[in-house]
Formats: sequence, structure tokens, C-alpha cells
Amino acid sequence: MSLSHDDVRKIARLARLNVSDAEVAEVADKLSSILGMVGQLQATNTAGVAPMAHPLDAAQRLRPDEVTESDARDAYQANAPQVENGLYLVPRVIE
Amino acid sequence: MTWETVIGLEIHTQLATRSKIFSGSATTYGAAPNTQASLIDLGYPGVLPVLNAEVVRMAIRFGLATGCTIAPRSIFARKNYFYPDLPKGYQISQYELPIVHGGHLDIELADGARKRIGITRAHLEEDAGKSLHEDYHGMTGVDLNRAGTPLIEIVSEPDMRSAEEAVAYMRRIHQLVRWLGISDGNMQEGSFRCDANVSIRRQGEPKLGTRTEIKNLNSFRFVDRAIRFEVERQIEVLEDGGRVVQETRLYDPDADATRPMRSKEEANDYRYFPDPDLLPVVIEDALIEQLRSTLPELPEARRARLGTQFGLSDYDAGVLTASREVADYFEAVVASVPSAPKLAANWVMGELGGALNRDGLEIGASRIDAAALGGLVARIEDETISGKIAKEVFEAMWAGEGSADAIIEAKGLRQITDTGALEAIVDEVIAANPSQADELRAGKDKLLGFFVGQVMKRTQGKANPGQVNALIRARLK
Repeated sequence: MSLSHDDVRKIARLARLNVSDAEVAEVADKLSSILGMVGQLQATNTAGVAPMAHPLDAAQRLRPDEVTESDARDAYQANAPQVENGLYLVPRVIE
Repeated sequence: MTWETVIGLEIHTQLATRSKIFSGSATTYGAAPNTQASLIDLGYPGVLPVLNAEVVRMAIRFGLATGCTIAPRSIFARKNYFYPDLPKGYQISQYELPIVHGGHLDIELADGARKRIGITRAHLEEDAGKSLHEDYHGMTGVDLNRAGTPLIEIVSEPDMRSAEEAVAYMRRIHQLVRWLGISDGNMQEGSFRCDANVSIRRQGEPKLGTRTEIKNLNSFRFVDRAIRFEVERQIEVLEDGGRVVQETRLYDPDADATRPMRSKEEANDYRYFPDPDLLPVVIEDALIEQLRSTLPELPEARRARLGTQFGLSDYDAGVLTASREVADYFEAVVASVPSAPKLAANWVMGELGGALNRDGLEIGASRIDAAALGGLVARIEDETISGKIAKEVFEAMWAGEGSADAIIEAKGLRQITDTGALEAIVDEVIAANPSQADELRAGKDKLLGFFVGQVMKRTQGKANPGQVNALIRARLK
């Protein structure tokens, strides 16, 4: 299976990756070869094999419903480019 | 042309846990921005989510109450999209194997008929943060306190055929999640909101029409209004020879209209995949059975029981089981005055309901507790006071003036039962109104009410109207 250039542009946009026009052809080739390998896997007969959700054969550990975190906003926000009134500020999002 | 409306709802219910679904941050509403957002909620590199056990138990309780199958093994998936209030770039949700699936809930239609609505599935997920679009120097402010709050998304089958049915179903789910104690259902605070999938098709057409999804409806009224608008819009599009575009829309209450959501056009490509940070959730039968055995009597069953046990109408039993708190209150009143369940029901639904409404209180915050109201009902039942005087006593109790008995004593409201004393008053009234008395003797029965009224007035309502009636008849007939 091979991906079209439009497929690549769409995937890049969804992943917020900046793939320039010059790179599209190369990325399409590389991704297509990965899909080729997936194609080989698809050929395997998996009838009767339960789908595997996780490589570890274990169950999720649960934690009790307790508040264990305290407020560390100032420390976390020291990393943020811009904050105001306790809010993180980001480029305007319009809905 | 007759069109049939087809509606399915996705209801997002916030689970009433102390801590978040994957972190130990508090979930308290209204905290200062970002003071309840930990490294896990903020999506810092290297952190791992750990599932909250209470969230699993709440989902199982919901599943059991709606006849769902509880998945012995369910998995979490990443739902990928970019938005500033979603720090990880994905929301942890469930996709292929939700925690519960395949249940149902019955709704009641306006004509009293019942209709079964299928529940496709209910899955666990984390909520996103909140974006504030007010002007922060042309920027958007982000508060991540809500990020990671546990939600259960309840997905219905497309079984509803009108806005009324959709609202009735949403109300039943709202009643149930509060009844089970798994959510506070507070719609103003966003704890209970829904997306409506709406399509129309020609009457008799088996295939579903193209649907639109109306996002984020946070009141019963908005659900009703948004669906009505959307159905009209789609009919207009189709009747004009156009076609409905599958899209996400928003309801604007000010315009009372839905409009397409600009940003979501291609965001629906979520590229779900199993979250490698979380192992499959395994639920043992023992846990399911333990939770089943501690499930409260459910609304429908309790409604039926109140009806038969206390001889109440189905309507009254429905009102009294609107919430578990109301039902508990009612049964506590009856416990203190077991001989008068119907009277107790009338007082809980009537005076008490009215007073709570007037003061904007939930029944849990009632100024009169159940035993005290039972004390008042008992005095009406044993005819110490009339129903009319009881309303005066109720108001005094509501104002905190004490128990029914104390108020009846202090205000001298005890009904006059001494026949001799009443006869004397009847005679006075007759003497004061000779011409009316003659007319009544002559057969003008209408005047009986006049005389009863006069006696009630002279006794300040403390006479028993039935007894007064009998005394006047004995004197004048």
C-alpha cells in the first residue's frame, strides 16, 4: 500500500507536523514502506487469537480515591511562557 | 411529506470522586485556576496515569442499574486531537472495549406510555481543561483544574423519536446517576451535559438519514430547543432539494439556533489507539456481585413499591421518587405517622415542596425535618387541628418556631371539639343572621356554606368544618 501526497499532508496536519512540499515525496515513500511491513503482518492468520491491547500480560493496578497532590502551581507555571491570574495564556483560540 | 426524527444522546456525567481519574489531584469545583492540576494532569513527560478504583466501582454500579454487561476486561485508548486545554494532545478514553455495554432504561411519555431506550455503552474518560476566551491581551486563558476529572460517557441507541423523548431520557439518566450517588448531576457546573445526534428520514424509510451532532448541551431546555431547531433545519434543507452535511454543530441559546462548529471539521479524525501507559482493566465477578448486593432500590422499583405499599397513585409515587432524598424523606415522615401515608404524601409534595421551591432549597436542606413534619401530619390525622390551621402551623415550623405540638399549644390552635361550646357559637351566628336562617330553613342550601364560614370566622378556624356543618343542619333543618 502506498500513501498519496495528500494523505501525507493530511496526516502531518493532524499531527501538527510541518512537512514542507519538498519533503512530502520522501515522507510518503518512507511511510509507505512501513505500511508494506504492516501488510506482511496482515497476511498472518490470526483467527482465534484475541487482540492484544498491551504487551505486558498484567492487569491495571488501581489506586484508592484519595487526594494526594497539593497545589504546586507556582512551580509548574515557572515553565510557562506566559501566565496571568493563575491562567496559562496561549495564542487566541476562537470557537 | 412526513418526516421521522431519530435521536441518540451521548451524556457526559462527571463522577463524584474526591480525586481525579488518573491522578491524586482534588476535583473540588471552583478552586483558584490551576491549583488542582498536577504533573499528570498537565501532561508532563515521564509521568504515568494510575486509575482511580472508585471510578471503576461507579461505572459498574451504573452498568448494573441499567442492565448492562460489565466487561471482564476493558482497555483505555488515546483519542488524539490538539486543543490548548488538552495538554497531552490526547484524551484518555475508551474506544474498543468500554467498561460496560448493552443496557437500557425505560422512559415515560406524556401519555403515560413506557418506552425502552437502549444504552449502547458507557465508557470512562478524563475531562479536558477550560479555555477562557475573554480578553487576555488577545490571548486565551487556560485553567486545567478540570483536566483529568473522571467522566462516564453514556451512549444511547438512536431510539428516540422526538425532542420530548430525548429530554425524558436525559432526565431519567440524571435521576439515576444522582440516585446511585455516582454524580452530583450539577448542570450549571458542567457535571452533566450531552451531545445530541440528530437525523431525519422519510416516514417508513428503514435507512438512517445523515446526522449532525450538537455539542455541549448543558440544560434540559437547551436539549429540547436545539433538537427542535435542528429537526426543522434539516427538513428545510431536504425539502429544498439539498442534503444534510454530517458535521458538528453548536447551539446558541441567544439566537435559539444551531450553527456549524468551525474548528471541528477535520478534528473528528481522532486516530484512536490503545494507551500503552495503562494496562487492561480486569473486573472480577466477586467485585460485581459485591456491588450488586449494595445497589439501592432503584427508582422504578421504589416507585412501584410506594404505590402499592401506601396506596398512592402512580403519579404521586413518581413525584416522591424524583430523587432518592425525596423518597427517603417521605418514608421517614410515614414512619412517624404510619396511619396516614396519603396525607403525608400530600404534605411532602404540597406545602413542603412549595416552601423548598420558594426558598430555592434541596430537600436535604429542608427547614423542617421528616420527623417534625410527621408530627404535624399526626395532629391533622388525629383532628387536633384542621388542614387549614395546619398550614399556619407549617409556616411557623418553617420559620423555626418549634415543633407542631409546641406551636399548637403556644398559639392556642387546638381545634374546638367541645360540642357544647360549638353549639353556643352556632346559636350566636343564627341569632345574628335571622333572615338567612329563615331562608336556609326554607331550603336555600347554598346558605349552609355562609353559616359554616361565619362559625369558622368566630372560632378563628379552630372548629372542625364537618362538625360545624352537622350542628347547623341539626339546628336549622
